[in-house]
Amino acid sequence: MNWPAGGVNEAARRATGGLLQRALHLDGVLLALLALLAGIGVVVLYSAFGGRIEPVHDHLIRLGIGLGVLVVAAQIPPWRLARLAPWVFGAVLLLLVAVLVAGQIGGGARRWLDLGVIGFQPSELMKLALPMMVAWLMARGPLPVSLGRAAITVLVIAVPVGLIGAQPDLGTAVLVAAAGASVLFLGGIGWRLMGLMAVLVSAAAPLLWFFGMQDYQRQRVLTFLDPERDPLGAGYNIIQSQIAIGSGGVSGKGWLNGTQAHLEFIPERHTDFVFAVMAEEFGLFGVIMILAVYLAIIARGLWIAHEAQDNFSRLLAGGLTLTFFVYCFVNIGMVSGLLPVVGLPLPLVSYGGSSMVTLLAGFGILMAIHTHRRMWSS
Amino acid sequence: MGLDLLRDKTGERRVVRGRLLVAGVIATVLFGLLAGRIAYLQIAQYDHFAAQSQDNRVRLAPVTPTRGLILDRDGRILAENRPAFRLTVIPEQVTDMDALLEELGGLIDLSPEDINAFEETRRRARGFQEIPLKLQLTDADVARLAVNRHRFPGVEVRPHLTRHYPYGEIGSHAVGYVGRISESELRDRDRRHYRGTSMIGKTGVERAYEDRLRGEMGLERIETNALGRPLSIIDREPPVPGDDIRLTLDIALQRVAEEALGDHRGAIVAMDPRTGGILALASKPGFDPNAISRGLDREAFRSLRGHPDQPLFNRALRGRYPPGSVVKPFLGLAGVASGHMDPDETVFCNGRYHLPNVSRTWRDWKPEGHGHVDLIQSVAQSCDIYYYDLAYQMGIDAVHDWMTRFGFGLETGIDLPGERKGVMPSREWKRDNLGEPWYQGETVNTGIGQGFTLATPIQLAASTAMFANRGAPVRPHLLETDEGGGVAPPLVAPLTLDDEALWQTAIDAMVEVVHGPRGTARAIGEDLDYRIAGKTGTAQVIGIAQDEEYEEDAIDERFHDHALFTAFAPATSPRIAVAVVVENGGSGSATAAPMARRVIDAWMERLEAQGELARGWR
Repeated sequence: MNWPAGGVNEAARRATGGLLQRALHLDGVLLALLALLAGIGVVVLYSAFGGRIEPVHDHLIRLGIGLGVLVVAAQIPPWRLARLAPWVFGAVLLLLVAVLVAGQIGGGARRWLDLGVIGFQPSELMKLALPMMVAWLMARGPLPVSLGRAAITVLVIAVPVGLIGAQPDLGTAVLVAAAGASVLFLGGIGWRLMGLMAVLVSAAAPLLWFFGMQDYQRQRVLTFLDPERDPLGAGYNIIQSQIAIGSGGVSGKGWLNGTQAHLEFIPERHTDFVFAVMAEEFGLFGVIMILAVYLAIIARGLWIAHEAQDNFSRLLAGGLTLTFFVYCFVNIGMVSGLLPVVGLPLPLVSYGGSSMVTLLAGFGILMAIHTHRRMWSS
Repeated sequence: MGLDLLRDKTGERRVVRGRLLVAGVIATVLFGLLAGRIAYLQIAQYDHFAAQSQDNRVRLAPVTPTRGLILDRDGRILAENRPAFRLTVIPEQVTDMDALLEELGGLIDLSPEDINAFEETRRRARGFQEIPLKLQLTDADVARLAVNRHRFPGVEVRPHLTRHYPYGEIGSHAVGYVGRISESELRDRDRRHYRGTSMIGKTGVERAYEDRLRGEMGLERIETNALGRPLSIIDREPPVPGDDIRLTLDIALQRVAEEALGDHRGAIVAMDPRTGGILALASKPGFDPNAISRGLDREAFRSLRGHPDQPLFNRALRGRYPPGSVVKPFLGLAGVASGHMDPDETVFCNGRYHLPNVSRTWRDWKPEGHGHVDLIQSVAQSCDIYYYDLAYQMGIDAVHDWMTRFGFGLETGIDLPGERKGVMPSREWKRDNLGEPWYQGETVNTGIGQGFTLATPIQLAASTAMFANRGAPVRPHLLETDEGGGVAPPLVAPLTLDDEALWQTAIDAMVEVVHGPRGTARAIGEDLDYRIAGKTGTAQVIGIAQDEEYEEDAIDERFHDHALFTAFAPATSPRIAVAVVVENGGSGSATAAPMARRVIDAWMERLEAQGELARGWR
């Protein structure tokens, strides 16, 4: 890694930010956008829970924990992160193998590792570890990435994705693959190579269908293609969430007034399908607003990548941002009937556990990349 | 690091920045796509979805298909669906639930379990939903509730279908029963089929042919008001009822078999040796499937499960017993077919047997011995010494090999769930299971079906059928052949002997058991006007020490010998093969053989009455 040795321009450093940035290594713009999003989430969740306040308390506590993790992550300078990347990746990979071998059965799939007091999902950590690893790998050589290095990178991506897919946890596997692929993309992999990979993936799809997928996953795909097939089961989710969104109209039914949500027509309305609740109650205006906030967060993330000073930081910042984008796109696409149902929450809005912490840790890394920049003294 | 100096930093930065720009554009376009999709739903499709959400609320409700009937070979109904009534309560129409439950409790019998289940469901449901309080109302309950109906607003008596088994306990182990579906059963099935029902076949035919019996769920579109209360049924997609299935089982013969077993613990399996179709499959004690499918309370189910006689245990398929002397015709045939013994060759039996250089004495069941016995007499009189010696001469490898060809130690592959296989021991088996080498003394024990040897009644019946067929194996099945039963091939290969005439000798030996002057089962043959080929077996449950005599009265009933009998008839062209095992029944000839005779007699009578037997079959 090539870092400029010393020579920090104090004036330039002061110019890059105020107290938040200097003392806490936080990015004010990103923090404000995340707070806005989390605030919207709390309001929507309150309604999705039918006006019950206790689960909202839980949610706030998790947000608090996530914020703590974000602050801690922001303190790690990116060059240290780069040095750690292969070790972190190796450790998480071992954990994934351990899950497959000894994991606890949770919800019909092996995802959890029981650590006595708490259980956690190593696949969550892979959402951070893989982009770090790929960024480190690609930053070691010249860009655009060479064919050989690209091939190695694809292998490095395929192993954890395969392990997570085998758990089976399709949603997380998609995200982790997206995280790795987006770093590869940012590293300048050739368009023709990308086309070739797309062809290969679509050729592998039938194989995946027959050998790689669990029965319930096949059901989901079939149901996506024809929701009427199982109107009381998986198809029900899609049908009902589209009714919720559509009946919201332009201006929505009003907060706490969504009939679809409150008569419990929307399944999983506080987790994966929370977007439908919001769209029903706040209408197209609300949808545009939340999409705008998401887009602003993505834009800020890409800007941080743009401003980063070395390849590792650029690639990692860009990769994390694009992963976040895929997260939003897949969830909203699924709820609105554009994509098949994959179990992914709406980032920072959905009620629930470990994904929020990893997401905020990712934003902590973004902030670290932005606030640990050194200015060249010319 | 030196290489880094040569790298084109600016160029590399440009590459990544270029890609970041592309990514930003793609993200924006895709978000535009999402916004477009949602705008389409919320603007263009607004009227459509608003209407759906408004008069809504059209609720979909599953309609349960009627489960297919199970019939015996003559079309008699073994399992059907009966209308029954259950008591439901709509909580929001009740002002004081505790008072209501108390009043209802005075009128009908409400168990604490009923009330617990009710309260549990009520917590999860909404106020307008009907919640079942008692699943099975008696006629008296229904009448009493009808008279008092005005006193209980919100209380309804609702009809539904329950599974009913007209023959009750008879055939219960073969037919099986349905019960409340469990989460683990649901996991490996297509949930769509079980949205409208909570019942699933648990054992027997009910479970084996669940997919055919179940049928396809229908759907009802129910209009509800803004609070979700049902108003009317809009339309209905009718369910597809399950298939009726016909079995090879003859419920009359089944009744005979179960009555023959009486209060004994044991099993009787009867099959048509030509097809493998099961005619009777009895396991005693049995249970009342009606009580189970109605829903036993936890206490009753636990006591049924924990009963020392294990009434829920299907002995015919899962009971493993030392087969004792019923192995002798098989082993005797193996001995002559493999050339270790000549059919006319005799062994002198003085009641005692020794191995060279082994101090142990093996004794015959008849202390004074049988004198000179050939193959036929060894089977007829069930001479142990003959088979000690034959097994020793053949060696365990050949014994294992030949007995396995008859199906010993293997599954039969019957179309019922839960079959276990017995044990035909070998050197390998002992090494794998006990971690010990094989001893020659154990070969001697194996010769009379003792030692490690274990067999299930269904396997004994299938092996007997194969014997009756002179080497043609069968695959036992309960589903009638014209419904697709018995299409699966047997799990044992056909057995051809170099000298096919040996089959006749071996069958003659089994006929001699029943009809010969010294046959062990001559008591059942005395007044018989047709020919049964059979073999008695009396299997030790506990080892008797060297110098001890077996004193029946002095030993706890649970340690009495198991009584066995295998048979087929008519001996010339067999139409039925039977295996009888009576736990702690005493001797095969006194206890098991008469039971087999009753079953065979009943079947012959039926065949004769239907003119199914050729003239002069006797």
